[in-house]
Amino acid sequence: MIAGATLPEDAGALAVETPLLSVRDLMLHIPVPPHVLRAVDGVSFDLHRGETLGLVGESGSGKTLTALTLMRLLEPPLDHLPRGEVLLDGADVMQLSETRMSALRGRAMSMVFQEPMTSLNPVMTVGRQIAEPLMRHLGLSGAAASARAEEMLRLVGIPDPARVRRAYPHLLSGGMRQRAMIAIALACRPSVLIADEPTTALDVTVQAQILELLAELQREMGSAILLITHDLAVIAETAHRVAVMYAGRIVEEAPVAALFAAPRHPYARGLLASIPRIERRPAPTLPEIPGMVPSAAERPRGCAFMPRCGRAISGCAAEPPPLAPLAPGHRVACWNPVDG
Amino acid sequence: MAEPLLRVTGLEVHFPIRSAFLRRRTGTVRAVDGVTLEVARGETLALVGESGCGKTTTGKAILRLIEPSGGSIRFGGEEIAHHAPRRLAPFRQRMQIVFQDPYASLNPRMTVGGILAAPFEIHRIGDARDRADRVAELLRLVGLPPDAARRYPHEFSGGQRQRIGIARALALRPELVIGDEPVSALDVSIQAQIINLMKRLQAELGLAYIMISHNLAVVSHVADRVAVMYLGRVVETAPREALFFDARHPYTQALLSAVPEPVPGRRRARQVPQGDVPSPARPPSGCHFHPRCPLAIPRCAQEAPDSRIIAPGHAVACHLVSP
Repeated sequence: MIAGATLPEDAGALAVETPLLSVRDLMLHIPVPPHVLRAVDGVSFDLHRGETLGLVGESGSGKTLTALTLMRLLEPPLDHLPRGEVLLDGADVMQLSETRMSALRGRAMSMVFQEPMTSLNPVMTVGRQIAEPLMRHLGLSGAAASARAEEMLRLVGIPDPARVRRAYPHLLSGGMRQRAMIAIALACRPSVLIADEPTTALDVTVQAQILELLAELQREMGSAILLITHDLAVIAETAHRVAVMYAGRIVEEAPVAALFAAPRHPYARGLLASIPRIERRPAPTLPEIPGMVPSAAERPRGCAFMPRCGRAISGCAAEPPPLAPLAPGHRVACWNPVDG
Repeated sequence: MAEPLLRVTGLEVHFPIRSAFLRRRTGTVRAVDGVTLEVARGETLALVGESGCGKTTTGKAILRLIEPSGGSIRFGGEEIAHHAPRRLAPFRQRMQIVFQDPYASLNPRMTVGGILAAPFEIHRIGDARDRADRVAELLRLVGLPPDAARRYPHEFSGGQRQRIGIARALALRPELVIGDEPVSALDVSIQAQIINLMKRLQAELGLAYIMISHNLAVVSHVADRVAVMYLGRVVETAPREALFFDARHPYTQALLSAVPEPVPGRRRARQVPQGDVPSPARPPSGCHFHPRCPLAIPRCAQEAPDSRIIAPGHAVACHLVSP
């Protein structure tokens, strides 16, 4: 299973070593007669030790379903639909039995959700929820697990951890609940943490604290983080690399600095341009991307962005463009990419 | 000086806290605790703050959708805080609201044409034919096709539904529209479309807006003036540029410093306040912000600071800020 790896200081610079998590051609095609919804449509990416990969996209882009597929958390009847490879330290997660998968979930890979109140157990104390995986996965005694739970609560910046350990989730504020959720997810020191909109439900001052906390814990534990968000500003400040999703596919993937400096996919460019920024003299209108994301049923045969794209050429309607390298570490799926 | 379109003075909204058993009153939430603000014709005032600061309650109390517990609301020169429903009716035409969630605020059983005609029916304006004309005009105004009138809300995307919500708010030609997080539920690429639409409509129709939002970057693109709220009180009011580039209240400064910027590597030295926003049911004494404030002095815990004008149009409620 997962080796207790030694971790690099600056994972952002690393792209040559074997990835910790390698996703290849992940598909989730959901039959809804007379259509097939291609919710996740051939997603491939690598995640390295100690690195944060931002997965960004608008609603319906497939980013959350990608995460749930990786964690094997899809519920019936969707659970047997995914296709593709998810190699965690060389072993294919997609092929594991449910028993072996439960042994891995929470230990090698764990997940933080957007709304902590719906993902915490309301009738179990916070401390118990942190201790449980420690006892199950690491075989700690009850007393040792409780002590470790308190230590985790302190680590995530919860004041008075001894009291909070015995509290039920509804007694905590939104920010404290999200900290507790992170404490649960990180209790077993997983090598991969999937954080799905971890700060979207929080106020901006609390968001800043939680993002800072995730970065600190990553430096300390060396976990790799897949950060899923719709917020490009959060990505700019927290991720090393970024993959932009549109309509079930990754359309551009690059180091954060490269993507923000010169996005090559017209969608990524439009998305970046349309974010409002605080400026002394803002332009009278914000750049828009015309139209809207096509529903999974109405998706065109070729490039899904073509109907909204100002750079569409004749080939775009025929076939979806492959995600092809443009520069080291920079891949774009476009038949007519923007000049760099 | 001419009276502004809206002048709110010392507005209060208190909610009782009741025990689960016997529903006895055990306390009071001062959701809005003495808010004073003004909106001129044709301008946009943004009301910003984090959850629990009372910005939405303030908006709803101005519209009298929630009963104010105290204070004055003057609209077009007339005091309306205590008007009975019948006397309020003409003001309801002149003030409208656009809600955050375009999914929850449109009746799913009515066609879009029916939804947009309802305000005319309620206020008995025009006959069936006039109303159909007005509906067509409203759809054109917000950039929806004429055949949208025959369709139902579920047939539209989130952005289009927000256009329907805006069209409904504009039906009776209001002078003031309150937008309660009107773009928060929308994707970024759609958000820009709706912001641009609202700005165009303001210019065309001379509307005044109160834009309630937690998103400071959005606010910086729409507001003429900004009022920052914290736990029921306005802590700072300033013209747009002064607020974003010369904020004086420590809370405003903290809020601005916490906004993530879409610029890699520009992670500023943040002065993010520690901890969460306290519950409005048990606000701290004195200045509500003092337990999280890096600059607090003993006086801040004892005495709530008055709002003082430090520059034209720029008022700050902080013991440590002087003109």
